[in-house]
Amino acid sequence: MATHAGLAHHFDDVEQQREAGTLGMWAFLVTEVMFFGGLFMAYILYRWKYPSEFAVASNSLNVTMGFINTLVLICSSLTMALAVYFSQIGNRRLITVFLLLTMVLGTTFLVIKGFEYHEKYVEHHVPVRFPTYEFKWEPHVSDHAGAHEATSLAVDTGRVEMFFWLYFAMTGVHALHMIIGLGILTTLVIMTRRGRFTPEYHSPVELSGLYWHFVDIVWIFLFPLLYLIGAHLHR
Amino acid sequence: MQLSIPFSPDQASSYSGRVDALFAFLCVLTILFGAVITLVIIYFAIKYRRRKEDEIPRGVEGSMRLELFWTIGPFLIAMGIFLWGSSLYFTMYRPPDEALEIYIVAKQWMWKFQHLDGQREINELHVPVGRKVKITMTTEDVIHSFFVPAFRIKMDVVPGKYSKVWFEPTKPGRYHLFCAEYCGTGHSRMIGWIDVMEASEYQAWLAGGAAEGSLASSGEKLFQQLACNTCHRSDAQGRGPVLEGLFGKAVQLSDGSTVIADENYIRESILNSQAKIVAGFQKPSIMPTFQGLISEEQVLQLVAYIKSIGTKQPTEGGAAKPQPPTTQQ
Amino acid sequence: METAAEVVPPRTHYVNARYGVKSWLLTTDHKRIALLYLASVTFFFFVGGFFAVLIRLELLTPQGDLVQAETYNRLFTMHGVVMIFFFLIPAIPAVLGNFLVPLMVGAKDLAFPRINLLSWYIYTLGATFTVIAILLGGVDTGWTFYTPYSSTYSNGNVILTGLGVFIVGFSSILTGLNFIVTIHTMRAPGLTWFRLPLFIWSHYATSLIMILGTPVIAVTILLLALERLAHIGIFDPALGGDPVLFQHLFWFYSHPAVYIMVLPAMGVISELVANMTRKNIFGYKFVAFASIAIAVFGFLVWGHHMFVSTQSVYAGMVFSILSYAVAIPSAVKVFNWTATLYKGSISYNTPMLYAFGFIGFFIIGGMTGLFLAALGVDIHVHDTYFVVAHFHYIMVGGTIMGYLGGLHYWWPKISGRMYPEGWARFAALVIFVGFNLTFFPQFLLGYMGMPRRYYAYPEEFQVLNVMSSAGASILGVGYLIPMIYLIWSMRYGPHASANPWGAFGLEWRTSSPPPTQNFEETPVVTWEAYEFHPREEREALGVMDVLDRTLRPNVNVGDRG
Repeated sequence: MATHAGLAHHFDDVEQQREAGTLGMWAFLVTEVMFFGGLFMAYILYRWKYPSEFAVASNSLNVTMGFINTLVLICSSLTMALAVYFSQIGNRRLITVFLLLTMVLGTTFLVIKGFEYHEKYVEHHVPVRFPTYEFKWEPHVSDHAGAHEATSLAVDTGRVEMFFWLYFAMTGVHALHMIIGLGILTTLVIMTRRGRFTPEYHSPVELSGLYWHFVDIVWIFLFPLLYLIGAHLHR
Repeated sequence: MQLSIPFSPDQASSYSGRVDALFAFLCVLTILFGAVITLVIIYFAIKYRRRKEDEIPRGVEGSMRLELFWTIGPFLIAMGIFLWGSSLYFTMYRPPDEALEIYIVAKQWMWKFQHLDGQREINELHVPVGRKVKITMTTEDVIHSFFVPAFRIKMDVVPGKYSKVWFEPTKPGRYHLFCAEYCGTGHSRMIGWIDVMEASEYQAWLAGGAAEGSLASSGEKLFQQLACNTCHRSDAQGRGPVLEGLFGKAVQLSDGSTVIADENYIRESILNSQAKIVAGFQKPSIMPTFQGLISEEQVLQLVAYIKSIGTKQPTEGGAAKPQPPTTQQ
Repeated sequence: METAAEVVPPRTHYVNARYGVKSWLLTTDHKRIALLYLASVTFFFFVGGFFAVLIRLELLTPQGDLVQAETYNRLFTMHGVVMIFFFLIPAIPAVLGNFLVPLMVGAKDLAFPRINLLSWYIYTLGATFTVIAILLGGVDTGWTFYTPYSSTYSNGNVILTGLGVFIVGFSSILTGLNFIVTIHTMRAPGLTWFRLPLFIWSHYATSLIMILGTPVIAVTILLLALERLAHIGIFDPALGGDPVLFQHLFWFYSHPAVYIMVLPAMGVISELVANMTRKNIFGYKFVAFASIAIAVFGFLVWGHHMFVSTQSVYAGMVFSILSYAVAIPSAVKVFNWTATLYKGSISYNTPMLYAFGFIGFFIIGGMTGLFLAALGVDIHVHDTYFVVAHFHYIMVGGTIMGYLGGLHYWWPKISGRMYPEGWARFAALVIFVGFNLTFFPQFLLGYMGMPRRYYAYPEEFQVLNVMSSAGASILGVGYLIPMIYLIWSMRYGPHASANPWGAFGLEWRTSSPPPTQNFEETPVVTWEAYEFHPREEREALGVMDVLDRTLRPNVNVGDRG
């Protein structure tokens, strides 16, 4: 068992180190699941309590942008998986290419998300109450959604606000994870450029891949729960 | 069950003796269990004390039978305690039907009591001995907790809903009422008294109190003031459900489910009319929301009023279930 | 001393391997990080203790006359926050666990040494926020932060304190993560799961709770902070929210957190009982699995804090029966420890005295838990001093006794010096007496009906309160003594041999203090846990070398014994 540049002093061999890293990442992701779990719990409780408000509020979200973002993230998962693959076979150029592609897609996601947030801001759907800016919900104005007038009448503003609050909390925390992910990818690109990865030692790429896929999967849950529960109101 | 244990407060309700009995049982169990283990430990510690610095005793293998014994044994005892404790809990949370009703609105840092007859009290509640008393509580601000040690009862008072507790005082006297849920700076000043009086004294007290009309009658006034009566008419011709004969009955909702029309349901419907819409009525409800417009005490008056007409029959049709107005269909 | 030093050059170990502030603040050695934690948690123990002193002084008289009610509320809140989040939760895992987990599994370090250091920095950052919050006047919500009081009404520094707790949670998560990975992947050759010391089992169970529970408190505090900042109403009934939801989320973490605090102490006690009687633990597997069972069941009983909170009667019953279920594994541990004493060679050294104390307190603390899980009785004693006494019996009587016992037991390993045995026994006795005098009267107070968090109280409660305060002053002295002589012994204590107790575990098979890489060569384990054999058996088995080494003093090269 030859010593390797990437082997930390306290591990016996690369295999043990890889195992430790992988287990550590999985344990960390379990922690993340519990973290998001608390938010999902709050979401489930209030959606169960206030189904109509949640449907109406959900209906005002921009499904097109959400859908595009879903596609973007799925693609980024693919590019990330490819980066991991090329790190396994040791193609340094292609690792860099796919890491950069993943970063571009991740950034695209965030930019689209930024536009969405801006839209919400303009519509006064950001659930805060400041003297200069206040949450407003005008039942009749939901043009792009084309909801029935009657349905929008039925809702209680406070509960709609609750939906937006959860929307911002959940997507916000998700976006924060994306930003952290981009930071990790940047580090990986630099490490790749410096030739730190070999087919024997590439666990940082693999573990970051796990993280990236996890963040994607969270979005796969967020998208239908936040954007699509009001879809039936279109017709 | 009368059983007095040291360091326990007065036993002043029908329930306190039962709690004390379980408590005493648990004390005996703890002492027995603690004493046995302690004695065994002391015995072993002396008998098997280290005699030579380098001595190593012969190992003792574990014993499956012992392990099973001390897993299953305590488990059975624990289940027994569980059943005993739960039966008490059930008694506590099944308020009797026939009872003197008192309403409480708690706030930082006082207890406001309202009798059905209209007497209001602050931090002091007069009740007759030997009669079941049912308390319906809510709070204007933070969570409080209604705790009367002598009655062995406690129940949190949570904003946004009614919680209930009941007791049957068995001994005249003055008993502490504490707030048991931390509620801010004046938490330890949120102390009151429960005055348990002989029935005759209680009647005298009631007569002496300057009642401003019963709770329900105040509610009725408010009902008219807020113009509730324009829609909630007793003849099923109004735009809202008939409220006569409603209380305590099952109500069919527009989403197909049914609820029992209890205090919490009525409270919610007043404060947030969209929450549960009666089957056959327009969705969304046309009733305005009264959240923030009326105080908790006013809500209580309205609830008391609607309760008081709960035994009446609607003037037309006679069905207990509110009828959808035909004009809307 | 000087002459000895001339003869043998001092041995290099983890403490003298490198010098300077930087070598400590940037260390990735788990043993040095453990010492960083030791200093931090000791500091916070005395900060929290200071608040406790003021609380007990205030409660000497029924009228509130020492401080304002407002101040008193801040005192008990800060006492709780500091003691729970900055002392009890990290105490055993981050100090003893950090030091011992790699040693006990025969590894050179934890799996992620840099993350380990990071966790200390995160702890420090969270602590800084909390200290700032204290200096700015503290917070008055109670450590439970119940809404809507905390979200709307409190005028304390809720967000700053919450931020501190939020941040320190991540330090706990990282520690747990490190332990899990280390225990899974870095065990020495031959060290199978059922050969692991029970300390490791209990830390494994603790780590599970840390990584599964802590994120939930993080998100709960996040929700609370946002609610307080933006007032959206997720916990506010006027806006359609539910204040009781906060309690559910809060206790979903905070009840398992109780086991984060007490499970490691149970691990310490298992070590002490086995090694101080020189016997294999009775029912090893039962004790090991009891830890796991406690961790699992611990997640299912949070609702027993809410029997009077308007949750449904049926929910109350489910939580009650599950609470009884979690009591069983704890009882099993007590029985097994007691049975281990049978035919042992029981030492009366200080660590063992703490172990005896722990078992005694734990019986009382545990049995009073049965009172609280009994629905009918809980209605009466909920939120009274009965509860306060109960959890102090577990937290102070359990966790701190375990912590101090462990600290004394491993002190020779940590510092390379022996503590003064006479003083230590005396301190243990003072703590035992002071503790009982402080907290036992509180059971009686509770049943008499004195609610907790009362700044002023009716006069009938005074006698017991005075007793409690008197006990607290004894207890306070009891805690100061070990701090003084342990610090003293670091310089002046006699040098410790590699295995001064004749104990069994791997950590005693390296020198005291251990070298930076822990073992001169990776140990190969061929024995079961606590496999003590009498001399004649050892001869027959031909395992003289390994087991005699555990009893042979002065194996440290360069030690003067």
